[in-house]
Amino acid sequence: MIDARDLVYVAGGREILRGISATFAPRTLHLIVGPNGAGKSTLVKVLARLLRPARGTVTYQGADIAAAAERTLAVRRAVLSQAIEIAFPLSVREVVMMGRYPHFGSRQTSVDETICDEVMAYFEVAALADRSYTTLSGGERQRVNFARVLAQVWLAVPGGCRYLFLDEPLTFLDIRHQIDFMHKVRAFAAADDVVVVGVVHDLSLASRFADRLMLIDDGRVVADGPREAVLTAEHIQRVFGVEPGFVRDPSSGTTHLVF
Amino acid sequence: MSRRSAGGGLLVALAVLMAAVGLACVRFGAIDFPLREMWSSTLTFANGHVAPTLDGRIFTELRLPRALLCLFVGASLGVGGCLMQALFRNPIVEPGLVGTSSGAALGAALYFVLGNELHLTAGSWMLPFAACLGGVISTYVVFALASTRTEGRSSIVLLLLTGLAVNALCLSGIGFLSYIARDPQARSIIFWNLGTMSGANWHAVEIVGGTTTIGTLLAMTRAKALNALMIGEEEATALGVNVGRLKWTVLSINVVIVAVATAFVGAISFVGLIVPHIMRMLRGADNRFLIAASALFGAALLSLADLVARVSLRPAELPIGIVTSVVGVPVFLALLRRRRYVF
Repeated sequence: MIDARDLVYVAGGREILRGISATFAPRTLHLIVGPNGAGKSTLVKVLARLLRPARGTVTYQGADIAAAAERTLAVRRAVLSQAIEIAFPLSVREVVMMGRYPHFGSRQTSVDETICDEVMAYFEVAALADRSYTTLSGGERQRVNFARVLAQVWLAVPGGCRYLFLDEPLTFLDIRHQIDFMHKVRAFAAADDVVVVGVVHDLSLASRFADRLMLIDDGRVVADGPREAVLTAEHIQRVFGVEPGFVRDPSSGTTHLVF
Repeated sequence: MSRRSAGGGLLVALAVLMAAVGLACVRFGAIDFPLREMWSSTLTFANGHVAPTLDGRIFTELRLPRALLCLFVGASLGVGGCLMQALFRNPIVEPGLVGTSSGAALGAALYFVLGNELHLTAGSWMLPFAACLGGVISTYVVFALASTRTEGRSSIVLLLLTGLAVNALCLSGIGFLSYIARDPQARSIIFWNLGTMSGANWHAVEIVGGTTTIGTLLAMTRAKALNALMIGEEEATALGVNVGRLKWTVLSINVVIVAVATAFVGAISFVGLIVPHIMRMLRGADNRFLIAASALFGAALLSLADLVARVSLRPAELPIGIVTSVVGVPVFLALLRRRRYVF
């Protein structure tokens, strides 16, 4: 459980977050949507403590994370960011193994190696294990980074939840891999001790996969709740300035957004 | 598992290479020593006696400390290059980039020109101290200027540009000092900027050996964190690395080992640049291997350069910086063309 209270984040004299409060529960896929510059990525980074808020607190299961040691946090919290460039020849296996760094001292154990093999198989990058990261395509790189991030929080941590943050994870992926990835994130988020918070640009994908949606605009929460309550015609028009249509798919009974 | 032992085997091979080059360095030079004489002179010296012959004294007072100093300076330049490249996430960086070498050279130049005037010549530690002070000041000026602009965090680009500016300032300072200096002082400033091993003695070996060994071992404990930094500062933070503290630790190690080495032998270029490159071609960029490998190969490469500097014009010798530049620049350009690095 993550509890955020009155988060204010200031950069370059401008308030990016203007007092955001929210809770994020386990066994729920939370997705944050909003227009460009709304503060989505900043919010995720503040929740993950990659950025420190000017005011407000973030607690994981009641414990304030402001003073937590880097490594204590890193064994239970993983963050997937956008497009990662590496200027040096590192093999895919080594990049994935970095996800295990917080868990071992100077030498990796066979447990760490087994986990790496598992996540690489899970994200279909096992065949690339000995390739240099620099030679991969954008989509392949993104899958390698999914594998790295999930390796970090693959096993349950005694006495607490695991936290996974996704900052626009679908960039560079084709539609098959986007859907495949969202299914895998949902499967991961189904565990009792896992809290997942992500930023997704595509409203249709977000509404299809999220358990809870948060719509933010200009650093403030516009709506927070189940997708039907958040992605209303009125909200979308107010925040994005476009008129949406809703199409009911008779075969599955789900509602799709069209623009 | 097999991959790790392959790395171990490679390190052993590099250590053997370093020992072989080191041995060649003590054997060949203005005078060549037969192996038997090398052995007996070393034994005499190890037992605390002064060698009875002039050749024996040349061996123990000049040749041996010089070979050892070469190994240690080479190791410190290799490790310094490796650390800076990992820290800046840029394979084209060398230790001198953040102002360390030029600051140290300016400190040394100041000592040469002002030291005589102010009668500060007491004690053989004054020169390395002046160079260290210059290296420390210029490096920390670069780092402080680069970090104030961007809300506590220093951006890599800002650091690189600030380093460039401070380097230019130090070099013009050295130019000015050599312009106003009387002849013998000017000559020593020129020597400083090209680098020379001719001043090697046991005192230098002890100090450079100490800082290089401690610095390298300390750097190796940061190898994992430096690996994480290669994929980005935010990503390293997410992986549990205190990025601010890591930068200060690694910069401090770099300043100490490079400035102390520069204090005794001058600014030697391109070793710190090409050694980590060549090692990465062997086995990728994993710092858990790369730091130790760069130390061993840097030691071997600089010793080889010194051997060339001593035997090519014997009995005279070239400043070692000329050899490393002449060999290093083409190798570096070839590396750049072969490997399409991202800058």
